Amino acid sequence: MDMTMLAKALAIGIGSIAPAFAIGKIGAKAMESIGRNPECAEKILLPMLLAAAFAEAVAIYALVIAFSIK
Amino acid sequence: MSEQATITTNSEITETPNAPVSHEATLFAEPLGHIGSLTVTNSLLASWISVVILVIFLLSVGKKVKKVPRGIQNIFEIILEKALELADSVTGSRKKSEKFLPISLALFLFIFVNNWMGLLPGMGTIGFNEVEGGHKLFIPLFRGGTADINTTLALALFAVVASHIAGVLTVGAWNYFNKFVNIKLLLEIPGKIRKDFTIVLVNPIKIFVGLVEIISEFAKMASLTFRLFGNIFAGEVLLASMMALFAYILPLPFMFLEMIVGIIQALIFSILAMVYMTIATEEHEH
Repeated sequence: MDMTMLAKALAIGIGSIAPAFAIGKIGAKAMESIGRNPECAEKILLPMLLAAAFAEAVAIYALVIAFSIK
Repeated sequence: MSEQATITTNSEITETPNAPVSHEATLFAEPLGHIGSLTVTNSLLASWISVVILVIFLLSVGKKVKKVPRGIQNIFEIILEKALELADSVTGSRKKSEKFLPISLALFLFIFVNNWMGLLPGMGTIGFNEVEGGHKLFIPLFRGGTADINTTLALALFAVVASHIAGVLTVGAWNYFNKFVNIKLLLEIPGKIRKDFTIVLVNPIKIFVGLVEIISEFAKMASLTFRLFGNIFAGEVLLASMMALFAYILPLPFMFLEMIVGIIQALIFSILAMVYMTIATEEHEH
């Protein structure tokens, strides 16, 4: 039975749950700290983007595996 | 790769009515030809073009550098100042920033130009047909330079090896070697065992941590490679799928997304390279 399609779907599906959750938490904390200190909005933006890109990289690893399953 | 998204166009079918041409998004870049024993792929061609663009642009600024800047020199001075400020916030000292900035800024400009060139019209659409294995395959002439694992792997190796070389040049070869295989701590045990007995328990742990750091060097290379490759390649596949769905207004927000992702990934790669170099050149931490 050919499970290739199922394998691809599961790889990217399960692999993107945790990164999405992580990016949501990062954004929420950034919003909270901007709300407490509205002047520092630009200072907070760069570290937030950095952390979000790191969390997103894990989802990208899962996507690459999904593409390379034949 | 027959499971990939296949997009067949009508024009090819009318030319040769019996053979539909398959457009597939392949993980590996398609070879165009050979120079000696070097395979020239479409991503390599795009990288060469971006290098030519960068060289022309930067030479035209560097030739007439005046004390009082005018015109394009203004833009480059602004870029350089902002980059030095950003580097200061990463490394912590202006002297280190000035040493590491050439490598980081070069990486940033190269990756940035390559990422955005992959979005231009004509990339991935202009090409020729080739017969392979009984059916016709469409091979594009250009493809985003960083959408090829070879390019990103080369850049990641360059960044990690540069951090090692910077560490050896700054703290000396013996000190740097001891960051990973900690022979110094091993030799210290018999000497200090009278003063402080716990050193027999603590030092082996530190030695083990040093060995694990060797593995994390390989993890750095892999993560740099796949982060850049995955983002750009997935963006290409996403744009192709959106255009196949409905070619007129739908791809617009995804184009914006890809432009933003291009800048951010270039920024992250260069900042990470600088962070690795800073960590490698840290002096004695007690």
